[in-house]
Amino acid sequence: MSAEGPPEPGARPGEVDRAVDHLFRRASGQLVAALTRLFGVGNLDLAEDVVQETLLQALDQWPLSGIPANPAGWLYRAAGNRAIDALRRAETRQRLNPQVRAVMELSGSPAGGPAASLPAWMLDDAAIAADTLRLMFVCCYPALPVESQLALILKVLAGFGTGEVARALLAEPTAVEKRLYRAKQRIRDARIAFELPPAADLASRLNAVLAALYLMFNEGYSSSFSEHPIRRDVCLEAMRLTKVLTEHPIGQRPEPWALLALMCFHAARFDARTDGDGHLMLLRDQDRTRWCVPLIAEGFRALGRAAAGESLGAIQLEAGIAALHCLAPRWEATDWPTILRLYDLLLEVKPTPVVALNRAVALAEVRGPRVGLEAVELVVASGALDGYYLVPAIIGDLHLRLGEPEPAARYLARAHELTASPAERRLLKAKLRVCGMGRPARDTLQP
Amino acid sequence: MEDFLYLFRNTAGNRAMSPEEMERTLHKWRAWIGELAQAGHFKGGEPLDRGGKVLAGRRQVVTDGPFAESKEVVGGYLIVSAPGLDDAVQLARGCPIFEAEGSVEVRPIIHMT
Repeated sequence: MSAEGPPEPGARPGEVDRAVDHLFRRASGQLVAALTRLFGVGNLDLAEDVVQETLLQALDQWPLSGIPANPAGWLYRAAGNRAIDALRRAETRQRLNPQVRAVMELSGSPAGGPAASLPAWMLDDAAIAADTLRLMFVCCYPALPVESQLALILKVLAGFGTGEVARALLAEPTAVEKRLYRAKQRIRDARIAFELPPAADLASRLNAVLAALYLMFNEGYSSSFSEHPIRRDVCLEAMRLTKVLTEHPIGQRPEPWALLALMCFHAARFDARTDGDGHLMLLRDQDRTRWCVPLIAEGFRALGRAAAGESLGAIQLEAGIAALHCLAPRWEATDWPTILRLYDLLLEVKPTPVVALNRAVALAEVRGPRVGLEAVELVVASGALDGYYLVPAIIGDLHLRLGEPEPAARYLARAHELTASPAERRLLKAKLRVCGMGRPARDTLQP
Repeated sequence: MEDFLYLFRNTAGNRAMSPEEMERTLHKWRAWIGELAQAGHFKGGEPLDRGGKVLAGRRQVVTDGPFAESKEVVGGYLIVSAPGLDDAVQLARGCPIFEAEGSVEVRPIIHMT
C-alpha cells in the first residue's frame, strides 16, 4: 500500500510534504460532502465525526508508515470503511435513506477491509465537485442567518476547525459552536434534500451562495480583525469553492465568473499589501512588481467569461474596477475616468453608502479633492456610515491633499479611534505624522 | 552503538485538532524522523493497528485488546541506534507526541552475541 516509507538519509522531508499541503483540510471538506450524500443532510454531525476519525487515523499511521503514494485515495478508502462501519450500526441505519441500503449491499466485505467494493461515485472527481456544490447550497440555506451560513461553509466545506472559524469571524469559539449547532438543527428540521435547487429557485439560491462566498472572501481579505495568517487561507478557500462553482453547468453564468475574477484580482495583491515589517500598504503605495501576474491573468480569463452575458450586474462592475487597478503599472497610470464611469453604473445597481464612498474616492482622482470631499460629505450626511473608520480616514486624506493639515489631523485621529486593526492604526499614525501635528497627537493615541 | 525500541503511546490529545493542525503535526513527525534518519539513528519503525487480541494464561483466554483505555495502547514503534540509553532518551525528546501529552517508552534491545 505505502510507497513512501520513512525518510531515507539525505531525503528532505519538505519535498514529500508538498503532496500533503493543506490536503487534510481540503480532503475534510470533500469527504464531508461525499458522506453527506451517504448519510443525508440531517446527519452532518455523523459525516463530520467519520471524517475526523479518518484524519486522526492518518495522523496516527502516516508518520511511521510513510505518506501513501495517493494520500487522497487513502483517506477516501479509510473514510469509506468507517462509513460502512457506521452504517452497520443499527441505530444509524434507521435514520438513513434508500441509497444507503444500496451501499450496504455492495460492500459485503468485512469491516476494516479495503473498500474496493465502494461505489465509484465516492472516489470520482466529478462526483466530488457535484457533492461539494450540493453541500454549498445546503450551507447557504436561505432561512439561515448569513453569519451561520458563513460558519457552516468555513467549518463543513472548507475544513476549518471551530477555533479557526472563530478567529476568521472574530467570534468566541463557544458562540461559533452554538451557531453551528443551531444551524444544523434547522437544516435537519427542514429536511432539505441533498440535491441542487430546482430550476425555479436556482437563480436566487445561487445568489445566496455567491453572496456568502463574497462575504467569506472579504472576511479573509479585510485586515479589520487580525493579522493572523488564517486570513489568506479563508480567501483561497473562497476562491477554490467559487472555482468549483464555475466549473459546473449551473455555474456557467456571468455572476460566478465575475466573482471569481474579483477574487483573483484582490488575491493577486496579497504579497504587496504588507511591507517587510508587516505594515499594511495602501493601493497607492504598493510595490506592483509583487502583484501575482498569473492570478491577474486568471482574473482576466474569468472576466472574459463574465462579460459573455447581456446585463452588467454589480459583481461584474466591481470586477471591472478591480481589473482596471490591476492593469495600471503604477498608481499614477490608473485609468480613473473609466473607473469613475464604472462606479457611476455600480451606484445605479447597488446604491449603497459604501459604493458611494468608493465612488467619491474615484471622483477625487478625476475632478480633484474638493469635489471628492463634497461627495463624501453627502454620504456622511445620510448617517449610514457612522462608526465606519474609512469615512474619516478618507476625509482626512482629502484635506491633507488640499493642504489643510488641521482638519486632516482631526479626521485621521477620529479614524484611528474607530478602527481596531493594528495595521490600519499604524497607517493612520503615519499619516498623522505627515500632518506634522507633533507631540499632542502622539501622546493621546494608543500604538 | 546499541539498539533501542521506542514505544509510542498517544493519549486523546489529538482528538480536537483541526485538519490543518493535524497536518502540521504530521509535518513535525516527519521532520523528527527525518532528522533521526539523516543522523544515522533510524533503523526501522511502523505503526500498529489499535485493534488486535490478547491471549493469556494457561487456558489461552482470548480477549479483544490490547487495552480498553486508549492511552495505554502502543500506537507504533521505532528502532533507533544510539551510543547509550541516555542518548536514546535525548533523541526521543524531539518527538511531537509530547505536545499531545503522549509518551515514549525507551527500551534497550538485547542482542545475543
